[in-house]
Amino acid sequence: MTDPAGTDMTREDPAILREYYRQMALIRAFELRAAEMYSRARIGGYCHLNLGEEATVTGLTAALKPEDYLFATYREHGYALARGADPGRVMAELFGRTDGLSGGRGGSMHLFDRENRLLGGYGIVGGQIPLATGAAFALAYKGERGPDAPAVMCLLGDGTTNIGAFHESLNLAALWHLPVVYVIVNNQLGMGTPVEAASAEPDLWKRGCAYRIPGQRVDGNDVLAVRDAARAALDRARTQRRPALLETVSYRLRGHSVVDPARYRTAEDTERVRREDPLPAFRGHLIAAGVLDDEAAARIGAEADKAVAAAVDFADASPAPGVSALFDCVYASPPPGMYRGLPGDPVTGGGQA
Amino acid sequence: MTVLSYRQALHDTLRAELQRDENVFLIGEEIGVFEGSYKITAGLLAEFGPHRVWDAPIAEEGFTGVAIGAAMMGLRPVVEIMTINFSLLAIDQIVNNAAKLRSVSGGQVSVPLVIRTPGGGGQQLSATHSQNLEAWYAHVPGLKVLAPATCADAKGLLTAAIRDDDPVLMLENLALYNTKGEVPDGEHVAEIGRAAVLKPGRDITIIGYSRAAIVALDVARKLEGDGISAEVVDLRSLRPLDRDTICASVRKTSRAVIVEDDWLSYGTGAELAATIQEGAFDYLDAPVRRVAAAEVPLPYAKPLEIAALPDAGAVTRVVRETLRGH
Repeated sequence: MTDPAGTDMTREDPAILREYYRQMALIRAFELRAAEMYSRARIGGYCHLNLGEEATVTGLTAALKPEDYLFATYREHGYALARGADPGRVMAELFGRTDGLSGGRGGSMHLFDRENRLLGGYGIVGGQIPLATGAAFALAYKGERGPDAPAVMCLLGDGTTNIGAFHESLNLAALWHLPVVYVIVNNQLGMGTPVEAASAEPDLWKRGCAYRIPGQRVDGNDVLAVRDAARAALDRARTQRRPALLETVSYRLRGHSVVDPARYRTAEDTERVRREDPLPAFRGHLIAAGVLDDEAAARIGAEADKAVAAAVDFADASPAPGVSALFDCVYASPPPGMYRGLPGDPVTGGGQA
Repeated sequence: MTVLSYRQALHDTLRAELQRDENVFLIGEEIGVFEGSYKITAGLLAEFGPHRVWDAPIAEEGFTGVAIGAAMMGLRPVVEIMTINFSLLAIDQIVNNAAKLRSVSGGQVSVPLVIRTPGGGGQQLSATHSQNLEAWYAHVPGLKVLAPATCADAKGLLTAAIRDDDPVLMLENLALYNTKGEVPDGEHVAEIGRAAVLKPGRDITIIGYSRAAIVALDVARKLEGDGISAEVVDLRSLRPLDRDTICASVRKTSRAVIVEDDWLSYGTGAELAATIQEGAFDYLDAPVRRVAAAEVPLPYAKPLEIAALPDAGAVTRVVRETLRGH
């Protein structure tokens, strides 16, 4: 375990610190706006937000090189933004429009951005873990290794450490020496269930020990601690092909999804949410370190709001997909005779003599 | 043409594809050192090494998901799941990932994956090891489900599956592995999604796939001696389903019997019967009949197992009954 308290800001490039803050502010603004758009029925289905996880998102993605691959959960809007996706295209996906990252076919839970090597958000809890392990398998298969070799980062939630796919994947990654870092984004609640009520070993970073996978827990509200721990684990994966398990501990600012009022939270919890909010905390650290002043912070916040407003405008202007495109993207090689009927359409021609 | 067993045809195809494309690799339980539970992969570890032939631990969800992830990265994994019964351990990965990744990514990701797995009863393997669950997978858009009955198709369809850019479930059958037949030499790639007329006929259409198509063919040949001209349609592909060939045959013969090794209710035959009633309604001279497995977990005891599974006797009886019906 590391103790993130007292990370030395003076050893960091001020421009990079401001960039982290900018990214966190953008995610905060985007997610608040997504919640608003959901309540105005512009976004449908499920919508899980990264509110309260901005430091974790920014720290983890800062540790990734452009050639690395990222597999995410369904709580992944922030990761898509931090990985370099255009906010307009992310918002357009949430709106279900043609200019969305997946052309409106995936929605909030399935953001893919192949160009930026984000290989998906996944709606089934833990479904991404074997896939990320397989992507690392492919990297190893192709023989790339060394400080510049790509690696894979696989995100999962705290509740996900209890499913079989997690354990099968860790075993395979360790057995086959795959360059993958599993990150447990522990926001302390699996929907409404606290970690202690779901996991017999609530120190989740220890759960790789059965596979001899080193584990580490870091403060998910400390962007630099998250980045440094992730970077070290990724470097080990690149050079030694050793998988790693990293646990980042943060706290969800809101409910499981936009529609969850989080009534399972006590008044004390709610107070803690306010106290531990990583965005004002990081701003305070930066101002104290002389990296940022109130005016610059306000400017960054205003720019984030502006970028998100532009993203909403872009998504609004993007057309909804036409029904004629319904069967696109089901198959890479659509087979002859593939039935393309809409509900009620005849299945075969020529039933009558 | 060379006469080969169905097993040998599969083996030779895997070998040829491993030689042709270095992105092709095999992964599954006991396929390397043990040479496969049904010896389809015999000798391939020795020839191609552990980099191309991966012995996986007993972790169907894990290694099937690993193969899907590797396919997303451009490799062409061929997974062996020891029997289709064990595919249930991996079904979330197959149905929720392999079948859907292309769609939810808006076409950014493809999954060029093959899952080879045998189904079938009749080996006294009892309830959990004798199932025919192909309809579960054939139900899912995004998957392709192939079911070769002949040795030629074992080669042609497996080759096509490995070269296809979509996830393909390749249904094999325990009872077919030792059957023999003519297999085209050299390059032989079957077209995915086309049924075959194994035997032309005028009086009735018997439709089957995998082992059931062979049973249908045997019955049809025997009935020739009684002056009955039965046409046999081998589906070869359950998804996509070649409805045109099915309906064209029934419009010609006006009668249809479906043979399937899976359970009757909600089985493959239900889809075929619905297709026929819609595509050949005015041509039908008798109700469409299904010869399917009895709806029980398959018992171990031999007389019960025999009674529960479709065989030539049942098919012959139902064909005769259907011919008598007007």
